Amino acid sequence: MRLATAFVVGLVFGLGLLLSGMADPAKVLGFLDLAGAWDPSLMFVMGGAVGVGSVAFAFARTRTRSLLGEPLQLPTKTSVDRRLIVGALLFGAGWGLAGFCPGPAVVALGAGEAKAVVFVIAMVAGMALFELVEARRR
Amino acid sequence: MTIAWAAFTPWASLAGGLLVGVAAAMLILFNGRVAGISGIVGGLLRPARGDLGWRVAFVAGLVAAPLAWLAVAAAPRLHVAASVPALVAAGLLVGVGTRLGSGCTSGHGVCGISRGSRRSLAATATFMAAGFAVVFVARHLPGS
Repeated sequence: MRLATAFVVGLVFGLGLLLSGMADPAKVLGFLDLAGAWDPSLMFVMGGAVGVGSVAFAFARTRTRSLLGEPLQLPTKTSVDRRLIVGALLFGAGWGLAGFCPGPAVVALGAGEAKAVVFVIAMVAGMALFELVEARRR
Repeated sequence: MTIAWAAFTPWASLAGGLLVGVAAAMLILFNGRVAGISGIVGGLLRPARGDLGWRVAFVAGLVAAPLAWLAVAAAPRLHVAASVPALVAAGLLVGVGTRLGSGCTSGHGVCGISRGSRRSLAATATFMAAGFAVVFVARHLPGS
């Protein structure tokens, strides 16, 4: 059941990204180009997603287990630290460079976009590099 | 600033955003997990017992989405202008950055802001500012 719901969630999430235009790097870059001809559409993606999300997370907060009886795992950290900010800076730079963030890149991979394959391989390599450095620090 | 009215798709984007919100809602309410794509993919590299299956199923759903889309609609527009070296650099930056910063557009931008998390608000403001800056440099500085 856990696997079935996770698959359906991935599917709905991906369809949302396709419908919203978020899966198209050209549209993402049009949103990030404040000084050019700016396309504000992606503000609406965030508005719609956060609108539904805030209701769901407000409800989730009243529970300790999910509807399927799984433990509810919510992040507990509250401090804005250097790792968070440096990480967000690096991520934002990469996002602006290609117009891909992780979800849309995986969806574009499914659409058979060859350039998404390159991006996803590099992204997973970056994640693996991070894991290696972290493992060495511990 | 000028608005690109021809490219502006408020209704489709709002509807797509609602679907993303529904997906995030389902994952927390059914599976008890936050829908952060970079965290879900990153967790595949550090597999813990009983924690692998749902991640694989979720990613499979994402990959299958374009196929489901094609069953009912015309092929979606996906235009990737970046060169291969730029894609490699961008992928590495996104991979390292999202793991170091504990999230991406979905985990921080959608789920974190929905939870009212101060960390996610700070991260979202930061990665958006970095994205704006990089696109400005790439498109509007002399010589670009």
